[in-house]
Amino acid sequence: MPELNLVQAINQALAQEMERDERVVVLGEDVGLNGGVFRVTEGLQAKFGRERVVDTPLAESGIIGASIGLAMADMRPVPEIQFEGFLGPAYDQLVNHAARFRTRTRGAITIPMTVRVPVGGGIHAPELHSDSPEAIYSHSPGLKVLMPSTPYDAKGMLLAAIRDPDPCIFFEPKRVYRSFKEEVPEGDYEVPIGQAKVVSEGDDITVVTWGAPVFQCLAAMDELPDDVSVELIDLRTIYPMDTDTIIESVRKTGRCVVVHEAPRTAGMGAEIATVIQEACFLHLEAPVQRVTGFDTVMPYYKLELDYLPESPRIVQAVRECLAY
Amino acid sequence: MSQATTSEPAAGKRPSDGLSDETLLKWLYDMQLIREFETRTMQAYQQAKIGGFCHIYSGQEACAVGTIGSVEHDDPVVTAYRDHGHALARGMDPKACMAEMFGKITGCAKGKGGSMHMFDKPNHLYGGHGIVGAQTPLGAGLAFATKYEREVLKTTDKKRVCLCYLGDGALNQGAFHEAQNLAGLFSLPVIYIVENNGYSMGTSIARGTTMPDQLTLKAKGYGIEGLEIDGMSVLDVYDKFKPFADACRDEQRPGFVDLKTYRYQGHSMSDPQKYRTKDEVEEFKNRDSIANLVDHLMNKRECLSEDEWTEMQKEIRERVKEAVKFAEESDAPGVEEELYSDVMVNPSKNMSPIGKYIEGAKNPLL
Repeated sequence: MPELNLVQAINQALAQEMERDERVVVLGEDVGLNGGVFRVTEGLQAKFGRERVVDTPLAESGIIGASIGLAMADMRPVPEIQFEGFLGPAYDQLVNHAARFRTRTRGAITIPMTVRVPVGGGIHAPELHSDSPEAIYSHSPGLKVLMPSTPYDAKGMLLAAIRDPDPCIFFEPKRVYRSFKEEVPEGDYEVPIGQAKVVSEGDDITVVTWGAPVFQCLAAMDELPDDVSVELIDLRTIYPMDTDTIIESVRKTGRCVVVHEAPRTAGMGAEIATVIQEACFLHLEAPVQRVTGFDTVMPYYKLELDYLPESPRIVQAVRECLAY
Repeated sequence: MSQATTSEPAAGKRPSDGLSDETLLKWLYDMQLIREFETRTMQAYQQAKIGGFCHIYSGQEACAVGTIGSVEHDDPVVTAYRDHGHALARGMDPKACMAEMFGKITGCAKGKGGSMHMFDKPNHLYGGHGIVGAQTPLGAGLAFATKYEREVLKTTDKKRVCLCYLGDGALNQGAFHEAQNLAGLFSLPVIYIVENNGYSMGTSIARGTTMPDQLTLKAKGYGIEGLEIDGMSVLDVYDKFKPFADACRDEQRPGFVDLKTYRYQGHSMSDPQKYRTKDEVEEFKNRDSIANLVDHLMNKRECLSEDEWTEMQKEIRERVKEAVKFAEESDAPGVEEELYSDVMVNPSKNMSPIGKYIEGAKNPLL
């Protein structure tokens, strides 16, 4: 089986789905001729033509608005927004339109649109190019928020998202884009939306995370003593959240650390801690800990790794949680 | 609903001369239906039977009826929040429209959308939309889809054109400029119809936008041909808009129309209207589009008698009364069935207290 990195896996998913379904249209700034800012759409325009891989003006509200119009007419638009910070101008279209049309039309009109967005820090980019806004969009009923961390999941989740009748925001962790390769089946497969993955099973403590910090958590596990048994959960879909997997794990371990890049206050960690105290209160041996970004603007690259939840902070939180 | 039947006009005549009496009588019916519907809507709002916000279309009837009457039924239509007129002109059942405002299960969105969110997919109406100008990129996308269906999917040979309505206030919204640029750049068959009633809420157009008397110049900046039309006469609307829309359809390109009109009521139901005088409102009421058309049909075409007009008004009154009665008597959406329904397709435990996705009951009227 060929080994692909995250970029290649997403590219393959797009190409295969465009081949399979002629209603799939890719559009965005520089997605065609240039192959996208991170080269994720490389080669697609040459293969499928300018009618299907559309270079648009630099206009996020227009790109997402037009994609919603396409989706209303039963197309399968896959717009790319170059960086998560540039979702701002399109927020109105995403939250006030895409998220709500199923409700407004009693299910007659749905928005099968998948917005691909590179997300997160760790590549020495400035703020607006390193942010993690997944909680903002998870707070908008009607949107699905996805963030795969591996090439295998990225391909399967992207195929599931494009075929899903609802609007999906597909966050791609930039730090993982070319960081490693793994085996990715050439054929068609879907990784279901709304299903977390238990990356490693364990009995002492649950660590919940998603996106690039999955790998910081794995690094932290290497640094912990061998007799500490960590259950690592990669959420994969932020919303709708697979709370069952979290609850089941914490009922077993009694301890939990949540790790995310986004700022702490009102981040998804707050939601997960609440779900745990609601469902696992009598099982808890320690308060849920959060290892997150800070309530500041994402700093420029010299301070980047101090802001992000790197492995030393995760190790410390796990130790404290175990020692409580 | 308002599909025109025409014969070729003789040389020197106006396109509307070729319209049949039946078509014009139907348009009169539709315009009066909208007028009567809005009168009853205001009453119901004042009686607190309609909640939320409510924007009345009275005065602008010739805009929706004339432009929608100039295109095909399967041409997509998308508009802003003053949308009852477009919904009725497109053929939405007045019962579904009224019930929606009453917040009842029989409304077009099962009483969960309200006045600003009229959708009717079978009639190719892709919504009223509540955010000023935000519907304009949707119009570009709908036009893109019609083009894509013909040129890439090849599922149809038919050239279609999208009508995207906006108010003059939306001229100043960023999204509209992005949408026009996209439409111009990709040559998308969308016609941006500015229903220019002179006021964006309480701000007159002269206080709100540049070149208020030459709006078509704005579109020209995006390579889009523009046209000014008097929106107080449905015949003028048709005479100018029909050939313009035909050209945009044939050449598969965008258009821009400054459709000059006037709203008789305030911006919404809670508008003190300090920004205009009663005399100004009267001046426009003297040019009323319905009175105009009645006069034409009685005295020029001689296809409508006083008695027939009285009878038509009576019939419409009854129909709208029935719609109000229907709305009043319909049930409110049930909490169990509808509070959590139609959000997204996948089940999600934490989405609602009942822990599963519900596809709500379908509306029998649509």
